[in-house]
Amino acid sequence: MTTRIVELRRGILKKNDELAAGLRSRFSAAGVLVLNLVSSPGTGKTTFLEWTLRKLREAGARAAALVGDLETDNDARRLAASGAPVRQINTHGICHLDAEMVGKHLESWGETAGADGMALAALDYLFIENVGNLVCPSSYDLGERIRVALLSVTEGEDKPLKYPTLFNSADTAVITKIDLAEPCAFDRELALRNLNEIRPGIRVFETSAKTGAGMEKWLGYLQAERTQAS
Amino acid sequence: MHELSIAASIVDAVTESAAAYPGARVTAVRLRVGALAAVVEDSLQFCWEITTEGTPLTGAKLVVRMMPVVIHCAGCGVDAELEGVQSFRCPRCGELAADLGQGRELEIESIELEEPDGPSEPASERVSGLAG
Ligand SMILES: Nc1nc2c(ncn2[C@@H]2O[C@H](COP(=O)(O)OP(=O)(O)OP(=O)(O)O)[C@@H](O)[C@H]2O)c(=O)[nH]1
Ligand SMILES: [Mg+2]
Ligand SMILES: [Zn+2]
Repeated sequence: MTTRIVELRRGILKKNDELAAGLRSRFSAAGVLVLNLVSSPGTGKTTFLEWTLRKLREAGARAAALVGDLETDNDARRLAASGAPVRQINTHGICHLDAEMVGKHLESWGETAGADGMALAALDYLFIENVGNLVCPSSYDLGERIRVALLSVTEGEDKPLKYPTLFNSADTAVITKIDLAEPCAFDRELALRNLNEIRPGIRVFETSAKTGAGMEKWLGYLQAERTQAS
Repeated sequence: MHELSIAASIVDAVTESAAAYPGARVTAVRLRVGALAAVVEDSLQFCWEITTEGTPLTGAKLVVRMMPVVIHCAGCGVDAELEGVQSFRCPRCGELAADLGQGRELEIESIELEEPDGPSEPASERVSGLAG
């Protein structure tokens, strides 16, 4: 017997990274701004997106959403009420979305389909709500341009310190449910400091889907990023 | 579970690469895992065992090398290793650093094969097929 060592230097998630790179160039060619929303279960991703989709549509923008959950199409039905095209991705036990799932669901986008599956070029924004999980989604690139990490005031200010991988991989953070800040004795300064320790310079939005607080700023940010994208 | 998907991806990648060496058995797989890769070694080892069971990779050792985060400090220009992942401050000047040089790795560094002896083409030729 002879022993041989073969150098591979190969990314374990290379397949996902390649698929994501393909998606990213498709999104960019189509001029659609793609955002990947990640947070723990129940932070308010769907509620925040319901609000965002409705406002964008009122402003005349074309927005769509893909939403990942282990089971049920509850979130897709909630989001579809905004009138935007929505697809549910059920992962059946897998705790994150990956680029292959996103690619597959873009193909199946029937009613607005162009030659290339969904008519991406007919969209200004595509939001991808990831499976509620603060660990696994961080390793899987979906081809998004902006990764948004959400954190609600009810979860504790130290979430970024407990899940540094996810918060460090985010481009933007959204603090949700700020209408509950007072009853939760939410320490805003501490939360902002923790976010900044883990992801220096990260842009943070503070919002409530109940009162609409902070939403105008968020929409302004989306529009500015969208203009840059096209 | 995250580590289960990772283990499955390693099995796929190693099986694909080892196919270039017919008759060889994979005895070890060496990984480089960044401190920010969100992989727990114990659970990866556990998942590796169950994922490889009953496959040609059964018994192959998984050797994990953990890589600390290295930041590039815009303040003082230094590249510095961080002790943990609780703060991204330059250990020299205390500035926060957004620029990471290392720490997200999730990489197969090499595989170790055991090949039966016997008349075969020169080893150098057989390695070159994989080098690219
Ligand atoms: N008070 C208050 N409640 C909110 C707000 N946003 C969401 N909620 C509530 O929080 C709960 C969870 O909200 P979802 O939007 O379903 O959370 P999610 O992050 O999509 O959850 P998963 O998809 O299961 O991970 C619901 O009961 C919402 O009504 C908010 O801004 N203020
Ligand atoms: Mg949801
Ligand atoms: Zn420094």
